[in-house]
Amino acid sequence: MVDSTMVLAGQTIAYTLYVIVILALMAWFAYKITRAGKESPVKPSLFYSFVALLVVIGVSLHIVTHETIPWKPLDLNRADITADAEFNIVIADHQFTLPSDKLIIKQGQLVRFNVESKDLTYGFGLFRADNSMVFQMQVLPGHKNDILWKFDRLETYSIRSTEYSGWKGINMIVRDAIDVVQ
Amino acid sequence: MTLIQTFLRGEKGLFKAESLTPMQKLALRFVVVGLIYYGFVVFEGVIMRIYEIQPFSYVTHEQFFAILTAHPLVGIFGSTYAIVFGAFLFLVPFLMKKPLWSIKLANWTLWLTTIGTLTFWLAGFVSHYSPLYTLYWPLPADFTQFSVLGGTFFILGVALVMVGTLFFVLNIFKTITYTPEGWEKQPGCALIKSALGLTGLSNLFTRKKQEHLVSLPVAAVARGTVDMAFNAIIITFTGVLILIYMVAALFGENLQHSLIDALLYKNWFWWGLDLIADGLVLIFVAGTWYLLATLITGKKLFMENIARAALFVEMVVSWTVWSHHLMSDQAQPGILKILSGEMVTAFELITQGLAFFITLATLWSARPLKMTPPLKFLLGGLLGFALAVPAGIMQADLGLNRILHNTQWVVGPHVHVAVLVGLSMTLYSAIYFLLPILTNGAKLYSEKLANIHFWAHLIGGIGMGAFMGMAGLHGMLRRTLYFNGEFNTYMILAGLCGALLLLAFLVFFINIVMTVGLNGVIGIFSPAKIKTKDLLPKTE
Repeated sequence: MVDSTMVLAGQTIAYTLYVIVILALMAWFAYKITRAGKESPVKPSLFYSFVALLVVIGVSLHIVTHETIPWKPLDLNRADITADAEFNIVIADHQFTLPSDKLIIKQGQLVRFNVESKDLTYGFGLFRADNSMVFQMQVLPGHKNDILWKFDRLETYSIRSTEYSGWKGINMIVRDAIDVVQ
Repeated sequence: MTLIQTFLRGEKGLFKAESLTPMQKLALRFVVVGLIYYGFVVFEGVIMRIYEIQPFSYVTHEQFFAILTAHPLVGIFGSTYAIVFGAFLFLVPFLMKKPLWSIKLANWTLWLTTIGTLTFWLAGFVSHYSPLYTLYWPLPADFTQFSVLGGTFFILGVALVMVGTLFFVLNIFKTITYTPEGWEKQPGCALIKSALGLTGLSNLFTRKKQEHLVSLPVAAVARGTVDMAFNAIIITFTGVLILIYMVAALFGENLQHSLIDALLYKNWFWWGLDLIADGLVLIFVAGTWYLLATLITGKKLFMENIARAALFVEMVVSWTVWSHHLMSDQAQPGILKILSGEMVTAFELITQGLAFFITLATLWSARPLKMTPPLKFLLGGLLGFALAVPAGIMQADLGLNRILHNTQWVVGPHVHVAVLVGLSMTLYSAIYFLLPILTNGAKLYSEKLANIHFWAHLIGGIGMGAFMGMAGLHGMLRRTLYFNGEFNTYMILAGLCGALLLLAFLVFFINIVMTVGLNGVIGIFSPAKIKTKDLLPKTE
């Protein structure tokens, strides 16, 4: 399955290219407007083409991600999907309480995490050993906070709160809490 | 003149504070206050940048988060609001060619926002009250972590700013609609319709077109001010709610947090809060770009009618985009995430893209232009939003938000590039442009220092955003601390760029003080000797 590393690599390339183009364009523009040029005002057709381009980019971004990022449709339809495994996690007083010391997931399983907050608004995120993020969600008190995720890599993950819950929350990390095994 | 003489009397002694009208003094006081608070923000930013590399013992974790809480609020309310208030309270009557409705009320706005900002900043500094600007329920009322008294003063400080803001709103709309003494009766209703864009809207459906009674920049100010009013109401309402919990706690009663639904609260608070980031900032900035482009070039704005319509669309869009802040909230209805979070938010790419294109096309029509500080900073501001808006559109996608939310990506390439490069450089452009008008012809001390200011700010702002963004793409969260140097390469580079921003501010500050002189700065705050409602002194 496509994972966050791959998606973010794609985003990095796309955004970097865009930044280079826009920097070059502005540098060129700044140079050109200080030079005398032909009396040629910008044509309205160029303007309307630009508007059309913005509309296409704005809409197509979400269509492209819907078709290429697997967790997007999974998330939108999660109420109708049955998970292979389910874990109920509770957060209270800036502490995670897991159903067991280590959560074991079989490779390829579709897993649902139900996370409940007993007091504050927290976050729930999975991170790799190199600190890169696999996914995250917000955890609100008094509400159902669930996420579905397919694990197809043999890896160990840490759990971390991804939302600020006061200065007491900075150590809300459970190292190597999840093992994906064969 | 010697250096000391210039420092005391300003460049060539041209600035005479006693020649200023009350309105000029008012606008300059707002700018001075705004710049002092900007200095606070830059200094706090540098402390936090160093702390992100290696936490040091002089600042506790509690204090760090108190700084993190105050930093954006001082930046927005203490600095940006002050400069915007000063500029628009001067420019709206200037463009409407009539006096400000009430200088007295404008002075109330100045002192309420100044004292309010100082109050909440001090409350955070002393008590370490740190629920962040997001105030996610029930954190602001979590008295196991925060001082009730500190929090009470913090909220009261914010409330003072909001009252000052509402006075500004009233002053702007009254200035647009009122009839000055001795004038022919002004069509108040028609003026307000034109300012809000209702005239333009009805023109779409009628054959007999009505003329626009207010200029485009005034229309932009009016529409942004609507968002400002809604924002002030929501923040005040939320503040009152939090104060109820605080007052109860002071009397020994602990109200249940569950009385307030965390998701509903998050929706209304983000609806109001987002009216700043995705509303008034974008509308005010677009209006300022249009004004500066026409003033710099002396040409008519390219596609003015479209620009007017886009400002109206932007206002409506700003009322419906808040859900992009709740894309990672699983209890938030999916339909809101898609419609408000993804689709309507994508409109910001279009409206801001239009403003970008229209401004560039207007500048293009006046070639060749001299690369003056106002033009240079205007281009910097345009570049800032051209970089930051697409970054924001990316994170407002359900798929990408899952792996970007609350990372340094959000606060780097999006927030800091938008605010530091886009917004601040636009404001600097306006300051450089208005300086001779507001000071009756004071001459900028050094173009070379203005150049250093430009490059240090541009490279520092974009660089800092870029390195924060790279850290975010590798998983670094915002609003937390790392103790083992996990992201130090990026944080050191971001810190160096932060130092450039500090350098830029110091250079600018020195340049301005040397332009008007220390005596001039003090003179700005002394009572005006000319008693007039006119904006500028009468020329002989």
